[in-house]
Amino acid sequence: MSDFKRIIAKRKRQDLVFKLIGILCTLVGIVTLGALLVDLIADGIGRLDLGFLTSFPSRFAERAGILSSWVGTLLIMIVTAFTAVPLGVAAGVYLEEYAGKNWLTNLIEINIANLAGVPSIIYGLMALGLLVYKFRLGQSVLTGGLTLAFLILPIVIVATREALRTIPQGIRESAYALGSTKWQVVRHHLLPYSVGGTMTGIIIALSRAIGETAPLITIGALTFIAFLPPPPVQAAPPFISFDWLWSPFSVLPIQMFNWVSRPDQEFVVNAAAAGLVLILVTLSLNAIAIIIRYRVRKRIKW
Amino acid sequence: MQPAQTEPIKAEVAGLNFFYGRLQALKNINLLFPANKVAAIIGPSGCGKSTLLRCFNRIHDLYPETRYEGKIILQPSGINLIGAETDPLEMRMRMSMVFQKPNAFPKSIFENVAFGLRLRGVKGRELLDQVEKSLRLAALWDEVKDRLKQSAFTLSGGQQQRLCIARALATEPEMLLFDEPTSALDPIATSKIEDLIFDLKSRVTVIIVTHNMQQAARVSDFTAFMYLGELIEVSPTRKMFENPSNKLTEDYITGHFG
Amino acid sequence: MKDLPMIEQSAALAADISVQPPAAGASARARRLSRVKERIIESILLLAALSSVAITLGIVGILIYESSTFFAHVSLRAFLTDTLWTPLFASPRFGIMPLVAGTLVTTAVALAVALPIGTIVAIYLSEFAPAVVREVLKPALELLSAVPTVVYGYFALQFMSPLLQKLIPGLPTFNMLSAGAVMGIMIIPYVSSLSEDAMRAVPMALREGAYALGANRIITALKVVYPSALSGIVASYILAISRAIGETMIVAIAAGMQPNLTFDPREPAATITAFIVQVSLGDLPHGSIGYQSIFAAGLTLFVMTLAFNILGYVLRKRFREAY
Repeated sequence: MSDFKRIIAKRKRQDLVFKLIGILCTLVGIVTLGALLVDLIADGIGRLDLGFLTSFPSRFAERAGILSSWVGTLLIMIVTAFTAVPLGVAAGVYLEEYAGKNWLTNLIEINIANLAGVPSIIYGLMALGLLVYKFRLGQSVLTGGLTLAFLILPIVIVATREALRTIPQGIRESAYALGSTKWQVVRHHLLPYSVGGTMTGIIIALSRAIGETAPLITIGALTFIAFLPPPPVQAAPPFISFDWLWSPFSVLPIQMFNWVSRPDQEFVVNAAAAGLVLILVTLSLNAIAIIIRYRVRKRIKW
Repeated sequence: MQPAQTEPIKAEVAGLNFFYGRLQALKNINLLFPANKVAAIIGPSGCGKSTLLRCFNRIHDLYPETRYEGKIILQPSGINLIGAETDPLEMRMRMSMVFQKPNAFPKSIFENVAFGLRLRGVKGRELLDQVEKSLRLAALWDEVKDRLKQSAFTLSGGQQQRLCIARALATEPEMLLFDEPTSALDPIATSKIEDLIFDLKSRVTVIIVTHNMQQAARVSDFTAFMYLGELIEVSPTRKMFENPSNKLTEDYITGHFG
Repeated sequence: MKDLPMIEQSAALAADISVQPPAAGASARARRLSRVKERIIESILLLAALSSVAITLGIVGILIYESSTFFAHVSLRAFLTDTLWTPLFASPRFGIMPLVAGTLVTTAVALAVALPIGTIVAIYLSEFAPAVVREVLKPALELLSAVPTVVYGYFALQFMSPLLQKLIPGLPTFNMLSAGAVMGIMIIPYVSSLSEDAMRAVPMALREGAYALGANRIITALKVVYPSALSGIVASYILAISRAIGETMIVAIAAGMQPNLTFDPREPAATITAFIVQVSLGDLPHGSIGYQSIFAAGLTLFVMTLAFNILGYVLRKRFREAY
């Protein structure tokens, strides 16, 4: 029996030791996140002011700002959202509600799974060869937006499918039993009920796109741009212009990359400030997504 | 209604109440388990028979919001199995359990049986001998002696369950707890295991929970009938099935409800 | 579930009868119109789904097309075996090995961090942590993967590198160790979240079998749960490898952009991805050999990640079928 006691004591020690190791390892990630935020704030908060947000980049660190970059990010996101959301949701609806079990569906699903794992820079290469040169779209906002749209497409498709899957089969059956066509079921029932989950996925996808740097550098986004693209809305007719789509651009992460890569240390402060803006935007978007998911789960309980 | 007082007692359940959170699953159970006998616990679904069994090796402790009241005194050591001061890990070293669905580990046949032994520090020659002995006791040795290194999943369902029995026997437990051990098996495998249980009682005290009354009648020395968390009647098996004292017991046994 | 065939047949019948009330004819037409509309909508949705195939074709097509012109000038043998990568020099050399080495070393450092830590975290969250702790820590860790990689690059250069320089005397500012370490931390949630899901999917009955024999938590976790969840866990490892190989910004910022054939992580080096970024930052004439070299490099990268993605996909399917 004393043998038992010795063994049991050893086992309990093992459990305790591992628990400590487990907590420590979990803390590695969280402490790093904290250190990262503290580092950025310490380095950059001083630089973060209205002037920073409204100035163009400059050779002089204290005058350089992110105006052109965040405008560029905004315009790119408009193109990305307008492309990826309809395309992704439509594809998700097709795969979940219309597709049969055949080789074509398998092909599509394998493609999506594969695309999700392709490095982002490869999308940039494709866009460079195909969109910039072959299709002559140039190194423009349109190209940039399309590139990121293709990048986040798998995420939107998966989010749509998962959201549709949470709707019980009974809802579909009762709608059909009332004489609805398939599209009517989708349009009047499935899409409205799944909008919360889909929205969450879309927001997370967009927050991912905002942080993307490599593909946009590859297609030739500028790293120093001291002008703004032409505005989409004008005072004179025809009031809405699409010139901005063809304009060269820069984005916030590229601006940060540019500043961080400089050998002169004075730009580090700017880089940190830009990083703070970036993190603020991405974390807020993630937070919004989580809140939406929480509200939706509370409202609709199947 | 209880077994004769002259027989040595292995375990005494006194005033046992058990709670899942607010729900009381066992109500004031008082029961004696004589040593080296097979006791069957029968009753309809939800009566608490598995819950009672799982008190013996404190498996409930793995789940949140479970609470015991009362005592289960193990003889001859006099330990209260469910006492707050008793270590669940130690209790599990003294008991062994065989579950409803065979849950062989994803390891070789040998390693499955050796698992409990290795936990207790058994090694080398002694380990090999114990594994062989347990497999013989479980009537599985002849079928597996040439393929001990193969995965346990190459065995049939009935063989896997006998492997789990061998695994449970290897650690020489004070009590062997069977939780509906044959409900997932075909009749031939079932009958092999029932013969096994009958043979084992000379070595160890057995409690078997079963929803199959005929099995209880075939295999056990005395039977306890439970209903809705209460112990309704306990008698020597013969008497329970031929001449039950309680009307509820009689109704269950004759199939008026189930 | 398609349209009910009965409605169609009766509509057709109604259309055939020579004398028919105008209402029946109108509703038959309406039904046929609605059917056409449904078909059109389905086709549009199918086209949207096929866009994914189109994108894959676009990627593969462009990579092969541009690389083929590259390989017209450079022999495959030289590409794979030469030890210098200097495509922009006057007398250029086109050996991909330095870039592959850079990619592999940074990946190895990242995995050395992410795999052990991620696995331990997964075991802890799945087998040890109370539910409340798990619900808080798991999303907190997933935040790690929400941070833009350029910010990680900044962190690697400005924080991790000076820190490591204190521990390792003589460490250059740009080195594969800092970049790899930060990359590893970023990848932890890829390993921990998926491995934890795999372990939680292992049925409780298997654990009970071990506990009932007197096992403690860590032995049950290591000897019963981990082996049972292995294909899901390995799928998460493969995902981590693929992610590390394809990472660009962290290595571009912190590991340096000089191709350097070495396996010493304390040295700076360029990965395949960093090289592509470096060239894109400059001004290369379209169609020049330098321009094409990034596609050749990209093709190499694509093949590497494709191999791992296929492996991971197969393993994940097996893991889902097991339960």
